[in-house]
Amino acid sequence: MLLLSLYLFPLLAAILLGIRPGMDRGFASRFVTLLAVVPVVIVAAIGFQTDASWSLPWLPDAGMNLAFHVDGTSWLFLLLTVLITLFAVAVSVSLKIGDRAYFALILVMESMLCGVFTATHFIPWFLCWEMTLIPAYLLIRLWGGKGAPRAALRFFVITLAGGVCMLLGFLVLQWSVGTMDFAELSQLAAKRELAACLAKSFDATGLGGHTLLTVAAVAVFLGLAVKIPVVPFHAWLPAVYAEAPTPVTVLLTGILSKMGVYALLRIFLPIFSEVMPGFAPWLTALAVATVLLGAFAALAQKDLKRILAYSSVNHLGYCVLAVAAVAASRTDREEAASAVSGVVLQAINHGIIASVLFFSVGILESRSGGSRGLDDFGGLRARMPVFAGLMGLALFASLGLPGLSGFVGEFLIFNGVFGLVPWSAAICVTGLLLSAVFLLRMNRKVFQGPLPFAMAKWSDLTLGERCLFVPGIALIVVPGLWPQALLQFTNADTIRLLELLRPIP
Amino acid sequence: MTAAWTLISAFVGALLVLLLPARSAGLSRVIALVASLVGAVAAGAACWARLQHPSAAVWSLDRAWIPSLGVRFHLAADGLSLTLLLLTGIVAVAGVLFSWNVEERPRAFFAFFLTIIGGVFGVFLSRDAFLLFAFYEIVILPKYMLISIWGSTNREYGAMKLTMYSIGSSALVLVGLLVAYAASGGTSFDIAHLAATSYPASLQAWAFPILFVGFAVLAGMWPFHTWAPTGHVAAPTAASMLLAGVVMKLGAFGALCVAMPLFPQGFELWKPVIAGLAVVGVVYGALAALAQRDLKFVIGYSSVSHMGFVLLGLAAGTHWGLRGAVLQMISHGVIAGLLFGIAGRVVYERTHTRDMMELQGFNLRRALPGAAIAFTLATAASMGVPGFSGFVAEISVVIGLWPQFPWLVPLIGIGIIITGAFSLRALHKAFFPAANSSAFTALPPLTWPEFSAITLLLVVSLAIGIYPQPWMALIDDGLRSPVFHSILSKP
Repeated sequence: MLLLSLYLFPLLAAILLGIRPGMDRGFASRFVTLLAVVPVVIVAAIGFQTDASWSLPWLPDAGMNLAFHVDGTSWLFLLLTVLITLFAVAVSVSLKIGDRAYFALILVMESMLCGVFTATHFIPWFLCWEMTLIPAYLLIRLWGGKGAPRAALRFFVITLAGGVCMLLGFLVLQWSVGTMDFAELSQLAAKRELAACLAKSFDATGLGGHTLLTVAAVAVFLGLAVKIPVVPFHAWLPAVYAEAPTPVTVLLTGILSKMGVYALLRIFLPIFSEVMPGFAPWLTALAVATVLLGAFAALAQKDLKRILAYSSVNHLGYCVLAVAAVAASRTDREEAASAVSGVVLQAINHGIIASVLFFSVGILESRSGGSRGLDDFGGLRARMPVFAGLMGLALFASLGLPGLSGFVGEFLIFNGVFGLVPWSAAICVTGLLLSAVFLLRMNRKVFQGPLPFAMAKWSDLTLGERCLFVPGIALIVVPGLWPQALLQFTNADTIRLLELLRPIP
Repeated sequence: MTAAWTLISAFVGALLVLLLPARSAGLSRVIALVASLVGAVAAGAACWARLQHPSAAVWSLDRAWIPSLGVRFHLAADGLSLTLLLLTGIVAVAGVLFSWNVEERPRAFFAFFLTIIGGVFGVFLSRDAFLLFAFYEIVILPKYMLISIWGSTNREYGAMKLTMYSIGSSALVLVGLLVAYAASGGTSFDIAHLAATSYPASLQAWAFPILFVGFAVLAGMWPFHTWAPTGHVAAPTAASMLLAGVVMKLGAFGALCVAMPLFPQGFELWKPVIAGLAVVGVVYGALAALAQRDLKFVIGYSSVSHMGFVLLGLAAGTHWGLRGAVLQMISHGVIAGLLFGIAGRVVYERTHTRDMMELQGFNLRRALPGAAIAFTLATAASMGVPGFSGFVAEISVVIGLWPQFPWLVPLIGIGIIITGAFSLRALHKAFFPAANSSAFTALPPLTWPEFSAITLLLVVSLAIGIYPQPWMALIDDGLRSPVFHSILSKP
């Protein structure tokens, strides 16, 4: 019931906001901040429950149910969702962006995201997955910058195409196996029966089971790859991240991109484990391309938001690399466990770090009246020492300084990956170096050097802005020093996942 | 018996409207609303009763009508008919609400409107092929009148084209039915009787396409779809809603419940052709919609695309295919009604244009936020976003199609993507300003009838999408009828 309220509360709140005309802006923004706190409380309460699940028969004769369940890993992602949403709402209020419709859309998106991270059956999962798209499209389209209409349309159509591929891929499984329940499909895959089922049902096509399962896997992967995004499916990303209003970019990078990582690790990997040995080299190659292209592209950008956008591509590339490495190897459990834990930590930590960084750029943008070029700023450390310290901390966390949260995820990933796919891991280390280059350059260009005349009167962060930084910075420092705080939730799930992938014969 | 009230209320309502004296012509809309509400509630109650007692006997009425020909007045209301009755009732209520401010000859307008509704109810209830055909014909004349008198763009042309297509297709249906009647011994038009007769395969091979095409023209099958966009655009809003929402379903219903059961071997022979044409319809309709400037033409072509899914489900001939086809009929009925209502009534009434480039200048998002929100949701429903009815229907059709025509599925995927593109393009061009400008001139907000009609249709679409179970149960109830054995019993 608690879980159901997590989906329903934001929806009802959104409707409430939608049907209250005459609510003035100030009241609406205070009200919505209050509304966004409630899901945080609900998620915290779910943390104390032993078994939170909810389901409703949808088409029972096809075994389709709207089934949701929370385990440790999905709870962490839920926490990320509600915290980042609250943060995005607070940032919107602080930067004076948005009206009632805007906040209502954010709440709708929050509800759907919670569904994505907890669904245990394809139908509810896909329902929530696709339903995030419409609020995201509208938020970018209607509150974004000049280039937003084009960027939003491209984002929508590319993502929709990915979604349709994914749907068809899963419908192949539904038709031949008769279920789209993730757990049942993974069990079948662990018993190495999925390909045989497919071969039997699609006898007429004359293709083997492995070929068919590979086709389905590719179709599903396309849907995920667009969302993460993996190179070469990232074409929509830079324009969208740059044109969307800052809080929406926070949501996009903080949570929406994590949907893809989450699904790649927890749904794609176990279900298609049978064809993974053939699939893994390609996945590894794409991951390496994502890491490198993200880093090089970030190096070439002059726009702060675009640099961070490509830096996100680069950071999530490590997650894909880890998944590919786990998929490639069949034997080594310890290193695979390290890589899997790394993926979860990297996803969560990147969500928080990137949100803080985009918020920082949002502050720069609001002070400068809209300009956010790399060369537009300089010497701000003198005028804004607190801001320089906080944003600098987030930048260092992003480049993986030990002691901050960005390091733990990357360390665990590389710790695992080096044992599994050493060459690709070695190439990807270049990405780490490059990200240090462009992030440090950003720090230098913005905070050091001569102070432009126009910025001589800028004041440091207000109290409200400082308060917004506090939770983000705390969540960067604490897991960096004490990663076990997060890992304790995921260990059991990691072991379960690896047992599915590496069945004891 | 409850189901019969649908038929009675519509025809009695039409009669009452006609009998109204001229000075109280304004009352006609109230009568029309009451009549269609009675129909909708009766259909809903009958559905509910059927769900509660799924094993109870189906209500039916069987009286001799023209004994010399063996024609009987045979009505029956199984789950399949009931869901379609409910759809008709809902679209009728929404149609009356969207026509609340018709000023020009309201009595004639609502009388024609209710006659169409009555004819549609009759077709869905008929179990005698002759009776079904009679109701099918009743619909044609009022359709012509509604378009040619109250229509807009190019109404003479649209009305004439639509009527010619309807009459031509009816002639095919009549030929097909007479062939079956003669070949079965010339004793009865009862559909169950005709379906139980086994016709020689050679006869089925040529009689099936005649009968099927006759019905499928009305369902907007490519390449016989051209009446649909022009007709929908020319029609007044309520008539567009009825045309796209329920009249196109008559064709699909006839194809499913008459053409396919009568000539199952013919169907086996021809189904690859039907499936091929249906897929072309899905993709072609979507592409054509992508190229339109007139908002109503976009919706008109989207109907062709969506009805392609119905035909695909029928062509699959599997249990999932058929239930998907029926569900898509219902889903499209609701969504098309909604889209036409918003574009043709709510927006056109206030802006007097349907050209998307001109609409962009109105900044409808600010000027008419209610309509913009409603159209956004309707767009989502139309592009088959999960949670709305279109998604359930489309995946059922695809699941049903896999075993028969796996190669067509990627083409359907392409169709769905183009559908997303054109739906979004329409929303984005017609309702959102060019460069997020905030300048606008305020337009009158939604009136209560408009608001209630939009809410009704949206709620139904969402209800089906989130909890399709009862609808599927009702459809399955109909598909269990012995009439369908010859189709569904195939491996």
